[in-house]
Amino acid sequence: MAALLESLLSQKVDIIKVVDWLKSAGDEDKLSISELGLTVHKEEFVPFLLNFLREQSSQALTHGPATPAKTPSRPRPAAQTQVFSEKRGCKSASGGSGTRAASRVQLFSPSFVSPGPEGSHCLSGVTAFSSPSSSTTWSPASRPSGSERRGGQRIMLGDYMVSPPDFQHSPSFQSQKSRKKSGGNMSLGGRGRGGHYIDETGGRRSVRGGEGYGRIIEQVSPPSVGQLNFNNLEEFPPVGSSPISPAASKPTRRINPTPVSAERPRSKPKTCFTSTPFSKPSSPLSGVVPLEGSMTGGNSLSLQEERELLKKEKTKRAQQVGSPQPSSLEPCTPTKTVLKTGSNVTPEQQTTCPEPSKVTFSLELDLLVELYSTCISENLVPNIFLELFFVMQLLTSRSPHTHDDEQESLCAAHSHSDILERCYLRLVHNCVYFAVKVLENQFQLVAHLDKCTLRLLGENERVASFSPHLRDLLTQAQDKSTAKLSPSVSTFIHSVPFQPDTDNRSNFSSDKAFHIFKKQRDIFYEVLREWEDFHKEPGWNFDTALGNRIRGMMSQMTSAGNHSHFARLFLKQLIQMCKGPRVNSTSGDAPDADLLGMLGAEGLGRLKRLEERLIQPHGVVGPCSPPSFPGYQEFFRDFLQAASCCQLNQHLQDSLCQQLLQLDEVSILSPPASICERDKEEEEDGDMEQQDEKQRFSSVLLLARLLAKFLGFISFLPYQTSEKPSREIQDTAIALRSKSVPVLDVCAVLRNSIRRRRTILTVPWLVEFLSMLDFIGPRLLCYRTTLGTLLLLYRRLVLDRCEEMCYLNKLLMVSVLGWLFQIPVIPEDIFFTSEFTEVAKVEESDINVAGLVSDK
Amino acid sequence: MEAIGDGTSTAGIKSKDPFLMMRLSRAEYKERVRWTEKLRPTRRCVKILKDRFPSHSQSTLLSIYSLEYQKWIKRTFSRHHVPHVIESYYQRYLSEAKAQPTAPVLLELANEVDLSPALMARIILDRFLQGQDGGMPSKSVLNSMLKEPSLIPDQILASNVYQCTINDCCYGPLVDCIKHAIGHEHEVLLWEKLKEKNLSFLDENHLRTMGYDKTPDIILEVPVAVEGHIVHWIESKASFGDDQSHQTYLNEQFWSYWNRFGPGLVIYWYGFIGDLDCQ
Repeated sequence: MAALLESLLSQKVDIIKVVDWLKSAGDEDKLSISELGLTVHKEEFVPFLLNFLREQSSQALTHGPATPAKTPSRPRPAAQTQVFSEKRGCKSASGGSGTRAASRVQLFSPSFVSPGPEGSHCLSGVTAFSSPSSSTTWSPASRPSGSERRGGQRIMLGDYMVSPPDFQHSPSFQSQKSRKKSGGNMSLGGRGRGGHYIDETGGRRSVRGGEGYGRIIEQVSPPSVGQLNFNNLEEFPPVGSSPISPAASKPTRRINPTPVSAERPRSKPKTCFTSTPFSKPSSPLSGVVPLEGSMTGGNSLSLQEERELLKKEKTKRAQQVGSPQPSSLEPCTPTKTVLKTGSNVTPEQQTTCPEPSKVTFSLELDLLVELYSTCISENLVPNIFLELFFVMQLLTSRSPHTHDDEQESLCAAHSHSDILERCYLRLVHNCVYFAVKVLENQFQLVAHLDKCTLRLLGENERVASFSPHLRDLLTQAQDKSTAKLSPSVSTFIHSVPFQPDTDNRSNFSSDKAFHIFKKQRDIFYEVLREWEDFHKEPGWNFDTALGNRIRGMMSQMTSAGNHSHFARLFLKQLIQMCKGPRVNSTSGDAPDADLLGMLGAEGLGRLKRLEERLIQPHGVVGPCSPPSFPGYQEFFRDFLQAASCCQLNQHLQDSLCQQLLQLDEVSILSPPASICERDKEEEEDGDMEQQDEKQRFSSVLLLARLLAKFLGFISFLPYQTSEKPSREIQDTAIALRSKSVPVLDVCAVLRNSIRRRRTILTVPWLVEFLSMLDFIGPRLLCYRTTLGTLLLLYRRLVLDRCEEMCYLNKLLMVSVLGWLFQIPVIPEDIFFTSEFTEVAKVEESDINVAGLVSDK
Repeated sequence: MEAIGDGTSTAGIKSKDPFLMMRLSRAEYKERVRWTEKLRPTRRCVKILKDRFPSHSQSTLLSIYSLEYQKWIKRTFSRHHVPHVIESYYQRYLSEAKAQPTAPVLLELANEVDLSPALMARIILDRFLQGQDGGMPSKSVLNSMLKEPSLIPDQILASNVYQCTINDCCYGPLVDCIKHAIGHEHEVLLWEKLKEKNLSFLDENHLRTMGYDKTPDIILEVPVAVEGHIVHWIESKASFGDDQSHQTYLNEQFWSYWNRFGPGLVIYWYGFIGDLDCQ
């Protein structure tokens, strides 16, 4: 792969050829270039390219601007990392506690990537920020831990991640150090994780210094660390609030491993980007959950938007503030060359203002833009929003030093030696240039962002100075934009009405059962009210406060055989409270900006709150938040965990399955045939009837997703483990579990839905269901096949192509699927593999879907 | 009247209702309470209160008094309800009744030891029956004798019990009967008002036949808004709403209603404390 990229950059291979190859539908997996004797597989080239870009930009992104320190972390992606055998990875991961967070990081699992000749393959380090907090959110107890394990898998990422504990592993380090690049960093202290990888592969792979950094930093000064990360990534607000925020690392896998350490105390933002958090599950603290992304498919968009808002705000602040923390941590310089620079932490760094005239390597950058855009357009990246996020980071990156010149010369000096080691994205000018180009290229996607984000982008001076055209487009798009961040729904508890048909005495086997149920209904609400009043108070613990009452209730229920009645009540209440688009955001209801304007003076207080919100990313997690149970869902999840009543779970499962399958059958009226064109025009609202239909569809979809998540939660609850089990244990478990029938025949459901072109409804809820998988689940044949089918589906959902499916529908599917592929439990190797092409044959026509756009 | 489920509300259904004025501030309520504390539960006490607080209806005053008296009895009853104390009361009664068969000795005894006459009658009757057949008398026998003193085998005791019952305005079968009647009367009043307003509703009897496990007095088939609060059900209480009784009702009834039917309305026909916690 490296060779291919190298030839491209040196213009030995025609870009058009490669782009065509990337665009060619899956079949043409290999590209052979006879002149060079190269044969490249897509699934190897894409991760390589992504990692290459991350690596390239790590330096630029690192330096954060102001205050909070910048983010050193992101650099981590040491591109070079080698591949490790999985096992290794695991082990190492475990070693480094931090890893878990990383979960997704490595998108590309090392294994996939075959080490290029050069050896520099990066793993993808996605960054995971795992913010501890997020972990909390996760529900299943196991989950949290799970994340850890994931980390293991993804080793690489993990490495980045900071887990404080890990440091120790230095032994491995050494080996790594050998790596060229890493060498420099290491010394800095980066050594943290990197070491792990190392060994086997041969010392050569350098570990990303970055990784090391991340960790290091944290350890050192936790607070600052956090900040650092932030900045880098996204420029989150420096606010002290949470060091954590680092989550920003969103950039794909590799990027930020931000280590947020678990330590962060209460910081609310628990964002984790992609990765899972490692936090302990139990920690009640985490108040907020990220939710959005995870919850609603559509959300990713909004996340993104919010994120951007955050970034901007941050940038602003940063500028004002000016002094950056020392980012001593600079990330690791990826290239040897860079090394030095990185190290200096220049506190005073002033941001260099990006200027189009200072862009270097513009030819090569154009080429990279083209390749990169093609990957995005063709859904070759696991998650387009993650990439968008990365691009935003580039757009807002800052160059820390004033030594540009030096750097340039440094870069230049080396440039001849190795094409791939030139610093294409080292300078802010180049980063911005690249970002703006990509945005231009992906304008259709960008245009679907919400108004605020579009406005912010449109007003961004960098965009204006690099591409007035893009600015104009953005301004226009702004007027047309209908996308909105889903408002938080304030929920007031409504009880489930007593229905004589199902609830009166004749529905019970005995008077006693009837009376017991009467009491249980009251206890249930009492518990719910108590939870609502107190769960946000520090130190409040669900199990301690309510566990015994709930278990008492369960044992009475068992003696009276009332489970089915209670299951019905429970589900109805769940649906009543949690069905809204975004449930109960922690921050309460913050008005959106426009609203604020209208509020005028009254709004000072609100403005303040808004500001806080901007500064501390509340519920929002990175572009890929781990699955979570936001708002009231948390109550229901905790209730089930506290109850741990198998009878109740069984009844719930039965009922959830039935309801889901019913919902899945709901008739969907397709919009008129002309969809495609209409979509292009931003989906005019259509007539009333169509509006109603949309409304109905989105309500069905939201409900199905909610139910599917809980079905998944309950179904995989028995298998959740906090650590990823070893291979042997996994194999035994697989052999064991493959004999029993899964709750839901997901394969059949999916196949059927594809055949009937109803994936727009089915896929989003299946994704929710699958997001609850335990570590072993994805390896079971039925789930593996399903994941493979989904992957194929994803690859075919090319947004730009005007097929039968309308744009927003595709966008919804692409975002939910992209999110799924980033979830820690889903093995990272799934994405970049061709194995499924055979496993699941998707017929050509499948993809079309009827259906309306749902959540926008 | 009060809405459960959200803020306090004043009387709702009709503004001309007398109880509209019945909302007492906590300070006023305390003052009434202070006065009632000194009084014995005799018919006369109501008159005294009425003279003191002429602006309040007799029912309100009586209701407050009754609630306070009950609280006081609850606090002190255990003092009386101990075997040796009971025995001493019984022996005193026996000796005094023997000496003056026609005098209301039991009533005097009750007043002397600060116990509700009706409760004193119950204690003594209980003790008397134990002496008769040795075993514990059943509750239903006891209750029926209290309701109908002529069933009591001992004539003198029967007349003493009767005197106690009619002279107690807070306890005893007579009071229960009155309360029940008043309660029913107000329910009927409520039905009428609802009908007058053309509101469709189900009353408790309908609900029972439909198998509801908890039944408020009224369930509105179409919810209404009262002072900005949604009301699904109405419970009528022919009493004064003080903290303690409200709390008890909340736990035993109102929350259960809320859990099944959503927010609703409670009417305290005899007024309530203004800042009652109404969730």
